[in-house]
Amino acid sequence: MKKSILQEFFKGFWEVLPPFRLVLGLCPILAVTTLAENGIGMGFATTFVLVFSNIIIASLKNFIPKKVRIASYIVIIATFVVIVELVMKAYFFAISQKLGIFIPLIVVNCIILGRAEAFASKNNIIRSAADGLGIGLGFTMSLFLISSIREILGNGTIFGVGIMWESFEPFGFMVQAPGAFVCLGMILALINLVPKNQ
Amino acid sequence: MKKEYFRMIAMLTVITMVCGFLLAAVKTITQPKIEEQILINVKGPALKKVLNLSSNNPINDRIEVEIDDEIHTVFIGKKENKLWAVAFESKGTGFGGSIGVMIGIDVAKSTLSGIGILTHQETPGLGSRISETGFTDKFKGRTISDIFRVKKDNGIIDAISGATNSSRGVCSAVEKGVALFPKIKLTVLNKLDKKVKIK
Repeated sequence: MKKSILQEFFKGFWEVLPPFRLVLGLCPILAVTTLAENGIGMGFATTFVLVFSNIIIASLKNFIPKKVRIASYIVIIATFVVIVELVMKAYFFAISQKLGIFIPLIVVNCIILGRAEAFASKNNIIRSAADGLGIGLGFTMSLFLISSIREILGNGTIFGVGIMWESFEPFGFMVQAPGAFVCLGMILALINLVPKNQ
Repeated sequence: MKKEYFRMIAMLTVITMVCGFLLAAVKTITQPKIEEQILINVKGPALKKVLNLSSNNPINDRIEVEIDDEIHTVFIGKKENKLWAVAFESKGTGFGGSIGVMIGIDVAKSTLSGIGILTHQETPGLGSRISETGFTDKFKGRTISDIFRVKKDNGIIDAISGATNSSRGVCSAVEKGVALFPKIKLTVLNKLDKKVKIK
């Protein structure tokens, strides 16, 4: 039974929510989620690439020979990533400086290639766009969740605004790499308390 | 079989070509905007440091000069509407790659008004300390005839311990920049109005 377009869109928010249900693309999550702002920036950059690579790959799926499909997908994905990088540098310079190397590294984010291979190469353009947008926004949401937890605990701020009580001592561990693993693991465990409905 | 190979080659060629053209187009559109952003966000703070006594905004008062077939952007620092210093970029090679240095030179005294590191790929915590004021201040006030090399190479600059190659990179950038200065000064003075010349 095929899902409706709305279902394809909303599955990205829970059913296959990356990175908690779809445990892919962990590298950017661990690296950039020190500040809520970075998390959101990274999320939107990934969403843009995901939507457009899904659309292009879905529309070209009958023309791309099976044997060179991965190479073709990577070229298409890389193109959109460079577009994002240039546009971010031109219009959102501060955040592009903070994300640095992790913007070009979206090319090798498994979520994007995974959706291209598992979804866009088998479905039509509209469904692929809905899938890309849903997964992308779900990913943004997750990044925002992790990065805000880390920023609040590690810095005592959210979007750079102090919100904790005065005597709060920032928990510096949270903004360092081990904090990312711990935070990700905890949320993953909590979400796994709810069984996958299959 | 042959037909399949042909199809694969043709399709990959078409995809890469279209992507290439698309990227070239996007690059052309965003290039001026990116340069403007770098000017404000990267060069701006460095300029503030090396032309700290200026009463004007050096970013607005920049001119392009051609020296030995190369275009250099020269930022003009003015005090009470008179030229007092110029700043321009120079490049050296450090440990991890190219180091971009903004060099400010006091025109009347022929001394360095300061240097600022624009870009580098040095090791964080070691070579990256070249951008700290503790290091860049060592260049401040030196005359342009000084030997801008690290002490190991018979120069006057104390290298950062553990980061000799990064320090060498900065020194070579300054050395190259200083060598360019006489020509830059001449061209700039010719281009500027008589009014703003050195007091």
